Amino acid sequence: MIQTKHQLCGLGLALGLGVAAAGLPQAAFAQATMAWEPKKPVQFVVMAGKGGGADKAVRFMQSIIAKNKLAPVPFTPINKPGGSGAEALVYLKGKKGDPHTIMFTLNSFYTTPLRQPALGVNIEDFTPIARMAEDTFCLWVNSDRKDINNVDDFVKAAKAKGNGWIMAGTGKASEDNLLTDFLNSAYGLKMKYVPYKGGGKVAKELAGNNADSTVNNPSEQLGFYEAGKTKPLACFTPERIDLFKDAPTFKELGKDFVYFMQRTVVGAPGMSKDAEAYYQGLFQKVFDSTEWQGYMKKKALQGKALSGDALMTYWKKERAVHKQMLMKMGAIKG
Amino acid sequence: MGEILTLLWGGFLIAFEPLNLMLIIFGCTVGLFIGAMPGLGSVNGVAILLPLTFLVPPTGAIIFLAALYYGAMYGGAISSIMLGIPGASTAVATTFDGRPLAKLGMADKALTAAAVASFVGGTISVVLFTFFAPPLANVALRFGAPEEFALMLLAFATFVGLGGDDIAKTIFSIAIGLVLSAVGLDIISGEPRLVFGDIPGFMRGINFLVLAIGIYGIGEMLWTVEENHKAGGKSMMSEAVVTVERTLNNLKELLGTWKTMLMGSFLGYFVGILPAAGATPGSLMSYGIAKQISRDPDKFGKGAVEGVVAPEAANNAASTGSMLPMLTLGIPGSPTTAILLGGMVIWGLEPGPLLFTQNADFVWGLIASLYAANLFAVIINVAFIPVFIWVLKMPFTLLAPIIFLLCLIGGYAPTQSLHDVWLMILFGVVGYFLRKLDYPLAPAVLAIVLGPLAEPALRQSLLISNGSFEIFFTRVYSAPIMIAALILLALPLLKPLMGHLRRKKSKA
Repeated sequence: MIQTKHQLCGLGLALGLGVAAAGLPQAAFAQATMAWEPKKPVQFVVMAGKGGGADKAVRFMQSIIAKNKLAPVPFTPINKPGGSGAEALVYLKGKKGDPHTIMFTLNSFYTTPLRQPALGVNIEDFTPIARMAEDTFCLWVNSDRKDINNVDDFVKAAKAKGNGWIMAGTGKASEDNLLTDFLNSAYGLKMKYVPYKGGGKVAKELAGNNADSTVNNPSEQLGFYEAGKTKPLACFTPERIDLFKDAPTFKELGKDFVYFMQRTVVGAPGMSKDAEAYYQGLFQKVFDSTEWQGYMKKKALQGKALSGDALMTYWKKERAVHKQMLMKMGAIKG
Repeated sequence: MGEILTLLWGGFLIAFEPLNLMLIIFGCTVGLFIGAMPGLGSVNGVAILLPLTFLVPPTGAIIFLAALYYGAMYGGAISSIMLGIPGASTAVATTFDGRPLAKLGMADKALTAAAVASFVGGTISVVLFTFFAPPLANVALRFGAPEEFALMLLAFATFVGLGGDDIAKTIFSIAIGLVLSAVGLDIISGEPRLVFGDIPGFMRGINFLVLAIGIYGIGEMLWTVEENHKAGGKSMMSEAVVTVERTLNNLKELLGTWKTMLMGSFLGYFVGILPAAGATPGSLMSYGIAKQISRDPDKFGKGAVEGVVAPEAANNAASTGSMLPMLTLGIPGSPTTAILLGGMVIWGLEPGPLLFTQNADFVWGLIASLYAANLFAVIINVAFIPVFIWVLKMPFTLLAPIIFLLCLIGGYAPTQSLHDVWLMILFGVVGYFLRKLDYPLAPAVLAIVLGPLAEPALRQSLLISNGSFEIFFTRVYSAPIMIAALILLALPLLKPLMGHLRRKKSKA
């Protein structure tokens, strides 16, 4: 009903109908949202392939929106996994001014444009909609390693094996790679970083004893952890994670290193203010829903909702941090 | 054993609840059509219908999606046989002999063979799943990069003889496939490769479907247009009739292929449970082995029923197999199970080794529904065969534009990008000319499917071993697979050599 009305508005009959509709029960709703609502299905771009962490989260949000009827149109996920997010970023950049395209993004949002300046992507052009969560990272080993019960044991074992110690991760210059570099330099290790496709695969390599350690997100290792196949030694969080009370933070261990991965909804560049406000309101509702809150708790996700200028400030800060890290690892030059 | 049967019985009670039974039948039917549409396939079908599943309880939801997955596996064979366009990567091998059979006017035979083989493969694999899931899950867990590479090499090896007699042309075709599979981001170095000056469409690589629909769909159509022109406009895509007598004869003939069916079922299941392999390599390997062990290998590619039976038994068996790593390891064995895995998160289930004990209702309801889905899928499929045959009776001049449209949709649907559509048309034209020059194209398709799986596995292994190839021969699971692969690779080279020596001897 509401949708039909808006389509008619679009046909230019707006004024007359708007006045006529004022007497109808739906009018209150129409006025409260003021003018802008999506008029056709919204493309929800996923910066990763089908079945990964980001993809699962997008499909979960899609189902929350549909289940609670938060939007008058469906949200349809489209996967653009190419080039560590390069494909998705270029696609979104090309959708300038389109209020029906949004994207779910990770930390490759900072690193990919830094590593590939030729893409001509400036993240400040994008519309800051909502940071839905910050994913956390821990250092994991297989439970068969009875000799490794804390970070000291880990450092000893890894030192002994030199570059024969295999650290599995999700890709070159990815979050996992940055964390591996940190551990190597902080503890004087020479662990060898082997990239695999996707965090789930990485988690399995550890559980199957094909790798010596990983820096997985808790959600990726949860199944194996609960089955007693893997264990977390320490986490890269400011405070201990509720699920793993026994694992200290690196901060407690005297290495002041906290690292998160953003899980953020970003809009096409040059979106109108009205559209921006609409999506910000919508994803605030998704964030507040019992489903999303339950999901965050279960997956050990942290972070408050962030949007608008506050989100843009956060991006600029994180981009500067990532630039430093990439320069240190030699992936980019000044 | 007794305990498993009790659990399975409990599962059947769940699967045969009216709502769940309805979902099975509905899922099979929808899946059949989704699978039959080129390019749509089970991955997209499951992804599109996933949001609908929160309307029913989790068990009903997975039952529906699993039935759809099964139905699509059956349906994938339909467009492979009738149009020569593989509906999904899992049905590529089915085109090799299914299409020639249809051209010989025996589409009904090929369709029946596909349905029956799918049923046998599906059922055998569900039985294996029922009784041997947890121990096999541990094998799957031990499978690392070296084992994966060994398996991919074995898949290549089974295919050495596939391309016909001209070894040089076969190698050329494999090389083209491998080069195309290298396009896109290299996960090991993180650098984009062969992207032609940062064309964004190349960054995600070249989807197998773009090549397969191009060279089979578009290429086949151009081929038929030419034949049609020569035949004065009277040519048909396929000719076939369905009668009870013919169907009975077809079934009788299928009894003779029981060995191939069993081989395909077991092979498909075991390859399917290995994470990241999925149903495609399984069905290709099954085809290759069927040809190697056949008493009449020359018949393959020209309309051998075994050539339809082997891949179809294997791909259905593998689709069940790939549920195992999904449920017990949280690792999808195929792209479709990756989406199912996402669904489990939405329904609030945690895949992992504990799922079998913590959510027994869910797991056993799913297993029981696979038995039921299999039965319904074969019945629905066979019932629709006359309809599909009737479609083929349309004059080619009417059918051609429809097929062309289906190809375009199939190229566009997975990525929703026109870049892929143009690429597909290009492949179609190039494929047509290569075919005129007698280049075998199947090895190229094989290479683009297996290349992206084999290459990272090889490089990860060598990274771990500091560049030493010993790693492939010192591990429990990879060593035997590797040795089998090397022997198979050497055979075609040895055969002519042995023959040569023997001739020399007899002369002397």
